[in-house]
Amino acid sequence: MEEIIIEAKNISKSFHDPVTISVLKDINFSITKGEFVSIIGKSGCGKSTLLYILSTMDTDYEGELLIGKESMKNKKEADLARIRNEKIGFVFQFHYLLNEFSVLKNVMLPGLKLNKFSEQEVEHKAMERLKTLNIQHLQAKMANQLSGGEKQRVAIARALINDPHIIMGDEPTGNLDKKNSEIVFDIFKQLSEEFNQTLLIVTHDQSFSEKTNRIIEMEDGKIIRQ
Amino acid sequence: MNYKLIANIAKSLLFARLKQTMVAAIGVTFSITMFITLLSFMSGLNDLLDGLILNRAPHVRLFNEIKPSANQPVNFSSEFKNHYNFIHSIKTSNSREQIYNSGTILQAVKNDNRVLGIAPKITSQVFFNDGANDITGLINGIDVLAESELFFFTDYIVSGKAIDIKNVSNSIILGKGLAENLLANVGDVIQITTSKGEIFPLKVVGFFQSGLQEFDKMQSFASIGTTQKIAGKAKNHITEIQIKLKNIEQAPAIAKEFAQLFQTDAEDIQTASSQFETGSKVRTIISYAVGITLLVVAGFGIYNILNMMIYEKMDSIAILKATGFSGRDVNLIFLVIALSIGFFGGLGGLFFGYLLSSVIDQIPFNTAALPTITTYPINYNPAFYFIGSFFSLITTYLAGLFPARKASKIDPVVIIRGK
Repeated sequence: MEEIIIEAKNISKSFHDPVTISVLKDINFSITKGEFVSIIGKSGCGKSTLLYILSTMDTDYEGELLIGKESMKNKKEADLARIRNEKIGFVFQFHYLLNEFSVLKNVMLPGLKLNKFSEQEVEHKAMERLKTLNIQHLQAKMANQLSGGEKQRVAIARALINDPHIIMGDEPTGNLDKKNSEIVFDIFKQLSEEFNQTLLIVTHDQSFSEKTNRIIEMEDGKIIRQ
Repeated sequence: MNYKLIANIAKSLLFARLKQTMVAAIGVTFSITMFITLLSFMSGLNDLLDGLILNRAPHVRLFNEIKPSANQPVNFSSEFKNHYNFIHSIKTSNSREQIYNSGTILQAVKNDNRVLGIAPKITSQVFFNDGANDITGLINGIDVLAESELFFFTDYIVSGKAIDIKNVSNSIILGKGLAENLLANVGDVIQITTSKGEIFPLKVVGFFQSGLQEFDKMQSFASIGTTQKIAGKAKNHITEIQIKLKNIEQAPAIAKEFAQLFQTDAEDIQTASSQFETGSKVRTIISYAVGITLLVVAGFGIYNILNMMIYEKMDSIAILKATGFSGRDVNLIFLVIALSIGFFGGLGGLFFGYLLSSVIDQIPFNTAALPTITTYPINYNPAFYFIGSFFSLITTYLAGLFPARKASKIDPVVIIRGK
């Protein structure tokens, strides 16, 4: 039996303002360790909404979410924050680095927050991640001095700092040109193959999703193919 | 909880917007500076004005007031007990200004361990002869040593030496205004007429200036012996006993006690100079009100800047939360930002406040009314510095409280998806 990283059981969500609209209906699936999964679907089909529920940032849903067999229902905000810090790495569409910090510090922040290792160890780990992604030469630069592709790679390095169970991406290549998109995809591929890293990527880029191990396709708040 | 990391992030956010941070901190610095300066100056001034009166005023004064008896004979009569008695034009009789048994009282008061010191006094009304004119005046017979020690008498001598009224027989120290009217110089001999009509020559050995002009035009000082001679009284004739206590707060109680014990009138300093205390109190309240208003204004400045910072840093807050910082961490980060603005701004304020008060302390302030004062008075009371730093932290904390709460409540999903 393979290790299940994340599992969604009967997850539904609706917006009530101004009228009740159901955005997710009875979602069931699970992801096991080492899988490289993409979620695809048209705009408004609820794929991003699902991702934010899976990421524990959105807590307003029905059904049950299990991360590493642990239910996320009825957990306090601070506990969820700790779980995000420890077990989930994020890559967003718009890079979202902290402009006040250097590249190295940006990568180190979640590691420092975890407070499991000393500052030297976290720094050493951050340098390793930057080396893996071939961007160690950027370490001293400030975040706002980077190009879009570089920022996204730094964001991936940051997602990796705490050796998360899963990396989640919300259209991580959506804002990049073709060349940079390919670089980012290659990084994901490398992480998946070399490090057995579990990945869950929301995208509407057909060529991106076709190259992943598994595709979950959504339409109107339901999974139609997985 | 990793406080070092929180402080680190707060520091980076602060330094990222150095100009804004400086504006907020300078607001606090300015208000604390003004708070300290205002209070130091105001309370310096208060002390000066109080000192004018309170330093020279005895804490308890024993004297005999010439007044008609409160219990007139008709009141003792059993025949008219149930009547209303109206008596007109009552005159005092058989009452003397002198304190009875003054020697015993002096001894008893001196032995009381609540008493710091005593100075007996005798006053006599005289006319100073100025050619054809007579100027009405008062001669205070004092024990110059006790008076100097307890009531800083020597501080108010502008020329001559105070001790000379003791050492030179038949000598007098004139009030500055009185001396000017008499055209008298130190070393001159002036003539006075006593109330009994005798003419008496006195040698001027010094001038006295209290700062109260009316006072200086009327008063003069001589030794007790000289004054007794002028008044034609015996050696034990004392009209007033001035008492300085170890604790001024006890004055009303002790005055009451002595009045009963020695069968004299007694007045305490709180009653005698209540108007001065009221004045000081009002001035202090006004300075505190202005100082705190300044701080509150600075607090609103910090509130605005933090609010703006939160709108600017929406993305950063969202990303911090997405990568595992809890609402409490974010709250703490912004509180640390607010408090460090308050702390460093306040520290600067204490420094500049001290600097500005020292500058004011150097400004010359010469007035004929205050002979002992050469520069503006400043009170360097450490309490003002404590209050200042305490308030700077409190206001910035309160100013940071709401923005920090708002920041902690930001929903990262809304920010990240809203792009």
